[in-house]
Amino acid sequence: MHAAPGGPWDAKSGGGRILDPTLEASFARKYGLDEPLWRQYAIYLGNAVRFDFGTSFTQEGTDVSEIVLRGFPESATIGVLAFAVSLLIGLPIGVLAAMKQNTIVDYVSLLIATVGYTLPSFVLAIFFLLIFAVRLEWVPVLFDGGRSYILPALTLGIGGSAFLARLMRSSTLEVMRQDFVRTARAKGLRARMVTSRHIVRNGMIPVITVLGPTLAGLITGTIIIERVFGVPGMGYLFIDSITRRDYPVIMGTTIFYAFIVVVGNLAVDLAYIVADPRIRSSR
Amino acid sequence: MSSLAAKAEKAQRGALAARARPRSRGLWSDAWRRLRRNRAAVAGLGFILLMFLVAIFAPLLAPHDPETIPATARSNTPPIWMDRSDSSYPLGTDSLARDELSRLLYGARISMIVGFVPTILTVVVGASIGMLSGWLGGKADNWLMRGVDVVYAFPSFLFFIILQAALRDTWLGQQLGGLLLLFVAFALTGWVGMARLVRGQILSLKEREFVEAARAVGVPTHRILTRHLLPNTLAPIIVSISFDVPAYILAEAGLSFLGLGIRPPTASWGSMVFESFPLITFLPVFVIMPATLIALIMIAFAFVGDGLRDALDPQMSR
Repeated sequence: MHAAPGGPWDAKSGGGRILDPTLEASFARKYGLDEPLWRQYAIYLGNAVRFDFGTSFTQEGTDVSEIVLRGFPESATIGVLAFAVSLLIGLPIGVLAAMKQNTIVDYVSLLIATVGYTLPSFVLAIFFLLIFAVRLEWVPVLFDGGRSYILPALTLGIGGSAFLARLMRSSTLEVMRQDFVRTARAKGLRARMVTSRHIVRNGMIPVITVLGPTLAGLITGTIIIERVFGVPGMGYLFIDSITRRDYPVIMGTTIFYAFIVVVGNLAVDLAYIVADPRIRSSR
Repeated sequence: MSSLAAKAEKAQRGALAARARPRSRGLWSDAWRRLRRNRAAVAGLGFILLMFLVAIFAPLLAPHDPETIPATARSNTPPIWMDRSDSSYPLGTDSLARDELSRLLYGARISMIVGFVPTILTVVVGASIGMLSGWLGGKADNWLMRGVDVVYAFPSFLFFIILQAALRDTWLGQQLGGLLLLFVAFALTGWVGMARLVRGQILSLKEREFVEAARAVGVPTHRILTRHLLPNTLAPIIVSISFDVPAYILAEAGLSFLGLGIRPPTASWGSMVFESFPLITFLPVFVIMPATLIALIMIAFAFVGDGLRDALDPQMSR
């Protein structure tokens, strides 16, 4: 990362100020940038295992972990809300479309899902911003907490729900043709019970497998969405630190992202075991 | 006598042609027939072709140079249907007074290049590794697929951002207006999906009788791979391509929107959104135009991709 040309005190990244060389050298000493690259790396690794990711170059005296943790709640709020939106909209639509296969309900929801899935989230975000913030002025254009979470969560959630709806529809269709569903019907179980206990529960299994990629999509989605809506979350910080060449913040956020991805994948694996007993017995 | 022979020959040829006709309805012509019946796919294909033509003929179509800043023009001239417009700039000018129409036309070029070039790399690298992995099996397969899993598990867009952060200002990042680094980034992550797909296909295909038969008559391995196995994996590869191309176009647009993709002054739809974004409350048209084009090309590819999947794999659909 440090091997990249350009430094944090270049005129380009420092808002046009040009530092005199002695000052630059003293800054470099303070942040350890005068050490050879391999030593910088060794020191960094040594500190990182103790959860010390150094201090920011551009916001003096602020720990990287402090900065990252300040942005994380904003991103997490949007991520969790978007996740809830995708599940609450996507799954029922998928089940409904499958139940009414080849009717107008099915076709309309499939078309909406295809378009919703295809439409890039940042394009959707821009149109939402234009319609609801610029034109209708329902929410402020600039981020100010509270109501400002609605649009980012909705834009991200719609993409996710379209994806989940498509998947849920096809897996529900498959489960509906299984023998155990026919058995459940034959023994006189009410239609609602068959749907909720037998069809939906089993239809969920393939959905759980894609929750990992969905999570990854949410993470990267928030990076762009936060830019559009000006949310001061992790993604915003991340891009900001890149343009300012704030190496410790870039590294810290990257490590944090990697951590989230690993935890997310693990959680998905565990959820899979809970949902599908066949996996447990095969071990 | 001779005329009789000619007639007999003609009849025989006719019979041959008649016998050949049903045989010509192979997988591909059937798939094409099914694809043509899908109206959404045809519309999508039409739009993609149009963008292809625009990309090729951009220098002829564009009224101005997309990158040089004219000495006389005003910046932020609105399109002709709005007040204060300038008839020589039909879609207005951006904040640096460059012609918006020309930039949109050249933007199609970037989208097409950034969609198709990395896809070619992906297919070549991914398919070869997948084929090798599937054919060899055993230890080699195990190691290759572990590598694939690692790349697969990491969110690719995050990887693109990190790569851009590290290499953007190096020699690699400055080539072709930033395109070369994008190619590298997309190919580095893209081959994984292709390798998985092809490996899976090869694993099941290599147990089939026709491969055994080819081996029994002494066909060399490289010919089995290229002549017998590869053609049979072509259908899923094509479907996969139709989903890769828009994914790369979108990734470029997203990165450029963050200011991390195409380098200025090159025009791409994503970077145009990025550049006009500060003006969104003042002149939203300049955000709407490139954003709409991105949306349209994504939808077009999705329709074609869905159509191709239904056409090439009739058992899987619906």
